[in-house]
Amino acid sequence: MSIFEARNLVKYFGGLAAVNGVSFKVEKGEIFGLIGPNGSGKTTVFNLINNYYPLTSGDIFFNDKSIKGLKTHTICHLGIARTFQVVKPLARMTVLENVTASAFCRVNTIKEAQKLASKAIEFCGLEHYKDQRAKGLPIGLRKRLEITRAVATQPELILLDETAAGLNPKELDQAIKLIKEINRRGITIIIVEHIMKVIMTISNRILAINYGRPIAQGTPEEVSRNPEVVKAYLGEEYAQG
Amino acid sequence: MKKPIKGLGPIIILILAGVLPLVVNHDYYQHLMILALIWVVIGSSWNLLAGYTGQVSFGHAAFFGIGAYTAGILYTKLSLSPWWGMVLGGFSAMILGLLIGYLCFRLRGPYFALATLASGEILRLIANNWTDFTEGMVGILIMQTFVSKLPYYYLIFFIAAACIFVIYLVMNSKWGYYFVSVREDQDAAASLGINTALYKNISLMISSFFTGTAGAFYMNYMGFIDPSVVFSLHNISIQAILVGIIGGVATLWGPAIGALVMVGIQELFRTAVFGLAPKWVSQGHALAFGLMVVLTILYLSNGLVGDWPKIKKIFFRKPSREVS
Amino acid sequence: MATIARILILAGVILIGVPYILVGIGMVMGTMGMNDLFQMTQTIVIGVLIGGLYALIGIGMTLIMGVMGIINLAHGQILMTSMYVTFVSFKYFGFDPYVSILISMPCLFLVALFIGRYLLDPLIGRESILPENQVLMTVGVGLCLTEIMRFIFTSNYQSVRTSYANKAYYIGSVSFNYPLTIAFFIALMLTVGLFLFLMKTDIGRAIRATAQDKDAATLMGIPQRKITFSTYALGSALDAAAGSLLLPVYYLFPDLGGPFTLKAFVITILGGLGSTVGAILGGLTLGVYESLGATFVSMGYKDAVGMVIFLLVLIFIPGGLKRVTRI
Repeated sequence: MSIFEARNLVKYFGGLAAVNGVSFKVEKGEIFGLIGPNGSGKTTVFNLINNYYPLTSGDIFFNDKSIKGLKTHTICHLGIARTFQVVKPLARMTVLENVTASAFCRVNTIKEAQKLASKAIEFCGLEHYKDQRAKGLPIGLRKRLEITRAVATQPELILLDETAAGLNPKELDQAIKLIKEINRRGITIIIVEHIMKVIMTISNRILAINYGRPIAQGTPEEVSRNPEVVKAYLGEEYAQG
Repeated sequence: MKKPIKGLGPIIILILAGVLPLVVNHDYYQHLMILALIWVVIGSSWNLLAGYTGQVSFGHAAFFGIGAYTAGILYTKLSLSPWWGMVLGGFSAMILGLLIGYLCFRLRGPYFALATLASGEILRLIANNWTDFTEGMVGILIMQTFVSKLPYYYLIFFIAAACIFVIYLVMNSKWGYYFVSVREDQDAAASLGINTALYKNISLMISSFFTGTAGAFYMNYMGFIDPSVVFSLHNISIQAILVGIIGGVATLWGPAIGALVMVGIQELFRTAVFGLAPKWVSQGHALAFGLMVVLTILYLSNGLVGDWPKIKKIFFRKPSREVS
Repeated sequence: MATIARILILAGVILIGVPYILVGIGMVMGTMGMNDLFQMTQTIVIGVLIGGLYALIGIGMTLIMGVMGIINLAHGQILMTSMYVTFVSFKYFGFDPYVSILISMPCLFLVALFIGRYLLDPLIGRESILPENQVLMTVGVGLCLTEIMRFIFTSNYQSVRTSYANKAYYIGSVSFNYPLTIAFFIALMLTVGLFLFLMKTDIGRAIRATAQDKDAATLMGIPQRKITFSTYALGSALDAAAGSLLLPVYYLFPDLGGPFTLKAFVITILGGLGSTVGAILGGLTLGVYESLGATFVSMGYKDAVGMVIFLLVLIFIPGGLKRVTRI
């Protein structure tokens, strides 16, 4: 039974179709990758899933129930969390306060929320920065904060939007480790990524899109060998290696 | 973010403030204190919505005026004592708040500010022109119940204390986290499961309730209201903002300090330092206020409370230990 | 030039079409008669004439809004200050108000330059909980201007009686009030001048670039801050011109700033933020509908017209007219 299904997603902005007929299913517990060149519509797909933008047409199913048209915060309560490509920290709040705010999704008192937040912070390795203002964090830690906040809402499915962009190699390895650890805890992940190393090594299956349309779907090896994908996105070296 | 009320401090303040009018038994000063307390309520209420929740209202006069007119109209139309207005004023302001919220919350930033400004002005115009209902520009006049100012003082004191206490409770709860999250980033907040529309409205309802109650109190205390006074853009809406700014937005005690400073300085100028300075000084009390606003925004943008560390450094700098 | 055609048609519909339809409805309902129909032309004419002045005020504000991104709540007070300057040059130097534009514009330009450079500029990019710091600063500035004028001139109403104050031209049975008509044409000239400035000069282009995309403009070598407070000064100068033009037909007192600031932002919201053509349309619309309101409803509700328009725009056309005409 697939935990998540996107069926024929279409989104028009004025006369331009940013997303045009994207469909895919995600199985429980897998890491599903979404790749494509810049402007192909990847982030728009995410924005459609948690209703940040309303769908022009198509449907979205989570645990077999349609979530089309539901408000963003309701979708979060149902169990879908997301991170933003351009990070959105709650700037004047500390790391602990940021995560506590998201923990309130599941609990109601400050004590419980802080406890839940602390657990998430430890899990994601941010304990040292607990009392630092989100504003002052470098980009790598801000991205980690995005993920921590998402984790604290105790989701079944997380949408990770380019969480690895802008990280140096060491931070990249840490990010990959964290994502794998989250997945090991049973959380399904849909990940949009640019950086091949990340997507290829951790995804179970990948969907490649271009100009808002799907061009290939399958395992990382299958997709990387698809001539369409190679033409649009990957270089020959990745296709071979 | 959540600084607990530092133990004894507030209790001492409460006791002092409670005893003050008995000690300073002069009508004039009691009047000033009552005025200051009214502004503590309006300023703190505004601060909850604007400073903590990030929705900067330029139209709080709407709530003040509705509260005042509820009390007044109950008297003129139903011959009910205006004290009923004390109970109902807050509630009618809340209902109005829901309407204004519905119309204005879909807007962000400066648009929201303008929309609230327009709301206040529209109410003023309605109050001015719907003469049959509101007596129009003539206003409403009632007999005050008490001759002494003491009962009024304690009533508004109670309201102000309740207001600050409620804000303290709210900001130290889940709601507090949610309000600030909405202020910092509405879209991120939604993705974290926060029903932004709901919480903006909750903040608004608390804010409008207390402001409306203050308005109803004003009707009872002053005995006279008219649209240009209680729905005034400059004297109520904008003053509420300035009280918040001077004291410090998003702080618990900021608006209270701001209220004291504002009433104090205005009175200082209006009376030309109680008669000690030349006559023309009294003409400049509004100008002094304007300058205060300009200077505060330029140099103390977090207000007296928010920028207190900065103030301490300037005035209490120890020359021997230079900070590099 | 499909755009121009679209704008003219829109203007025609709003300024002429809708009012006549409203009167028509009134006649059908029996509350209005043939008399009112004849009054329409006169009412619309007055509305358009004063609308020209409103447009000038609106252009000033929308220019500032478009480039600085702030609402200038001191706009009405700048107008008021310019009126006092004009008043003084009439009373003590005998200059006709329309000539005084040459005095009031530079005067207020300098004042606004000072405000922009020393009071508003420091606030840009400054970290603060309330993003509306600049707007609130303009509130403080407006307050100071009002009180300074009150200090100097007292709260008494002042007015200016020119020799031609009561004259009017007639076309058919429609009268064109002399001062208002001159004001309208001067406003027209200033608007055309502004357009030429924005389109043809380097500074004008720099302003338009900054309004469209601050960062890109900076990357192109446009000095951000200078353009920003220069625009504030320019917008205020237009406002000042409107003030001089307004003095012959309006009573002057220190508190008149407030209502005009409100009018200015109603016009700006109606026309669409940053759109100069929108501000023109908005100004004319406000003028016409206020005139209709004054003639057919009552003087008291004249100010309410602006508020009603504001609400309607907010609810039904959030982007303003500019969205409708895509200018």
